[in-house]
Amino acid sequence: MAGAGGGNDIQWCFSQVKGAVDDDVAEADIISTVEFNHSGELLATGDKGGRVVIFQQEQENKIQSHSRGEYNVYSTFQSHEPEFDYLKSLEIEEKINKIRWLPQKNAAQFLLSTNDKTIKLWKISERDKRPEGYNLKEEDGRYRDPTTVTTLRVPVFRPMDLMVEASPRRIFANAHTYHINSISINSDYETYLSADDLRINLWHLEITDRSFNIVDIKPANMEELTEVITAAEFHPNSCNTFVYSSSKGTIRLCDMRASALCDRHSKLFEEPEDPSNRSFFSEIISSISDVKFSHSGRYMMTRDYLSVKIWDLNMENRPVETYQVHEYLRSKLCSLYENDCIFDKFECCWNGSDSVVMTGSYNNFFRMFDRNTKRDITLEASRENNKPRTVLKPRKVCASGKRKKDEISVDSLDFNKKILHTAWHPKENIIAVATTNNLYIFQDKGN
Amino acid sequence: MLSKGLKRKREEEEKEALAVDSWWLDQGHPAAAQTPPPVASSSLFDLSVLKLHHSLRQSEPDLRHLVLVVNTLRRIQASMVPATALPPVPIQPTVPTVADSLLSSSDAGLSASVASLLEDLSHIEDLNQAPQLQADEGPPGRSVGGAPPNLGALDLLGPATSCLLEDGLEGLFEDIDTSMYDSELWAPASEGLKPSPENGPAKDETPELDEAELDYLMDVLVGTQALERPPGPGR
Repeated sequence: MAGAGGGNDIQWCFSQVKGAVDDDVAEADIISTVEFNHSGELLATGDKGGRVVIFQQEQENKIQSHSRGEYNVYSTFQSHEPEFDYLKSLEIEEKINKIRWLPQKNAAQFLLSTNDKTIKLWKISERDKRPEGYNLKEEDGRYRDPTTVTTLRVPVFRPMDLMVEASPRRIFANAHTYHINSISINSDYETYLSADDLRINLWHLEITDRSFNIVDIKPANMEELTEVITAAEFHPNSCNTFVYSSSKGTIRLCDMRASALCDRHSKLFEEPEDPSNRSFFSEIISSISDVKFSHSGRYMMTRDYLSVKIWDLNMENRPVETYQVHEYLRSKLCSLYENDCIFDKFECCWNGSDSVVMTGSYNNFFRMFDRNTKRDITLEASRENNKPRTVLKPRKVCASGKRKKDEISVDSLDFNKKILHTAWHPKENIIAVATTNNLYIFQDKGN
Repeated sequence: MLSKGLKRKREEEEKEALAVDSWWLDQGHPAAAQTPPPVASSSLFDLSVLKLHHSLRQSEPDLRHLVLVVNTLRRIQASMVPATALPPVPIQPTVPTVADSLLSSSDAGLSASVASLLEDLSHIEDLNQAPQLQADEGPPGRSVGGAPPNLGALDLLGPATSCLLEDGLEGLFEDIDTSMYDSELWAPASEGLKPSPENGPAKDETPELDEAELDYLMDVLVGTQALERPPGPGR
C-alpha cells in the first residue's frame, strides 16, 4: 500500500473535496449514502435533507494523462420530502438511506433512492437540443394567432446548453412498517429487494402497487423480539440468491426458489464467539452494519463494530479472513456505549478486482486491507492534505504506552468525526469517502 | 478518558446527569478490560435503563438500538442476580442495592414490562410511543422501578402503562406541552442546542413526572375527554 514504494503499491492522493468548509454542520447536509454507478462515471450522494447530488467524471484529458478526470456536479434534486403520517402521528424522515444505480440501458440513467419508508426510481436524462421553428408557437412558448400564420415550416432541432433533468418514474410506497435499511437490485435487472428491521420485500421495477414479502422475522409476540435485520443484498450473479445480516452477527443466505417466504435460510453464517473477548457488549459489537458481495460473487464481506470479515459462501462456520479496523477501541467499549458510538453503522466496500477492501473509522480515518499482501493502511480525510497529487500520509493510532511522533493516541480521537460511507470506483483506483458533510475523492497517483 | 476530543452529541445531553463509575474508564490494560466483572456495576445497569427510556421515548424508536439495549440489559441483569436466572428467586441480601430499590419501589398502576409495552405498541403495527408519560420513582438518578418479582421479562420500566395507551388517548399525549412538568433533573444541559427537527418540541425534552403529577395528568385527561388536539406537529 501507499508509502512502501514498489511497483504494485497504490499511492493514494487527494483529488477533490465537495461540501461546505465551515465546521458548523447543517443537519440537512449530513451525507448519508455514497454510490458509484456501474461505469464509475457517475457518483451519487444522498443526504439527511433528502437531496441527491450526482457528480460526473470529466472526460479524460489526454494531455494530462497523469490523473483521471475530476468529478463535477451533474445533477441535484430533491428526492424525498419530509412527510407526516397522520394515521400514526409520526414524522417520516426525508434522509436518504441508500442509493443504488441501475445498469445503463439507454441514454438515460436510472437510480433507486430510499428513505425510511418509500423507494423511488429516478430517471436522469440529458437534454442538449431543442426544437425551434414551431408554426403555432412563438419561441417563448406563447401561442400565435392562427390567422397570422401565412407560411409553414418544419421545426428543426438546434443545440442548447446541456440540461440534466431528474424525474421520478416510480414511487414504491406503503410496503414497510419499519425503517428501510437496504435496497438491492437483482441481477435480472427487473426486480429488487428492500429490507427493513423485520421484513424484506421483493419488487418489480415496473410495478408499484404491490410487492412480495420474502422474509419476515417479526415474532408473533413482539415481546420475543431479540433480533433485527440490519442489511440485505442480492447475489451479483445468481438472481435467486440473496443474503441478509442481523443484529446478532449472523448472515443468512436464502434461495427464492426454495419457497415463497424465505424464512428458512439455505445457509447460516456465524462465527462462534471468542470466549476471551466476552463482555456485556459482545452482542452489540457483533451486530453487522453492512454486508457486500464481492464482484465475483464468491465471497461476501461483513462489517461489525470492530472488524471486517470476509466469508467464503461455501463455508458457514467461520470467515476466511478477518481484519481489525480499530481494535484499540475494545477496551473503551463502555464509554462508547455511554456516548452511543457503539451503535454507529459503518459500511464497507470492495475494489473492482476484489483484492482490497475499505471501511471507515473515527477521527475521519478510513482503512484499507489488501487481501493478497495482507498489508493495511490508515488514511485521513482532511482538508489539511488538500494539495492534489500529494501522496497521503499513513496514520497510526497509538493504543497504549509511549506515543511515537506522528501517532495519535486513542484518547485524542474525535468520535464525532466518523466515516460511515465509502465507495470504490468499479474499475479504477478512485475512492469516494464521506465525512459528516464533505465528500472526499482520492485517486491513485499512478493513474 | 474520551474527554479531550469528544464533543457531546446533541441528543445525549441528558446523560450528563449520570455518573459513571470511574473504574470503568480506566481500562488501560487490555487484559483487564476483556474480563467483565462478575457483577455489573450498577451504573452500567442504570445507563442501560436510561438508554432504554430514551429509545422508547422517540416517536419512532430505532428498533435495532432498542433490541440491542434490551438484550444488553438482560445480560447485565442476569449477572446481577446471582446463581439462578429468572424466573425469580427471592432476592438475596447480597444483591446490589439497585435491584432492591427497583423491586421495592412499585406501583401496580404504573408498572409495566418492556415486553408488554412492545406488545401493545405492536398492535398498532408501529412503535408509536407516548413520550411524555414517564414516572421517576426512587432517588434521582435512579431509573424507574416498579418491577414485579418476575425478572424474566425485564420488568423494569414504570412508564407508559398499557392502560394509559388506549387508542385515542395516546395521541393526545404527544400534543400536550409538558414543559411545565420538566423537573430540574432533566433540564437540558445546554439550552443553546436546538431540538432535532424530526421531533416535536415536547418529545425530546423527556420530562420526568413524579407520581403525583402523573395522577394529576390522568385526572385532567379523564375528566376532560374533549381535549382539543392542536394540528399535527410540523418540522
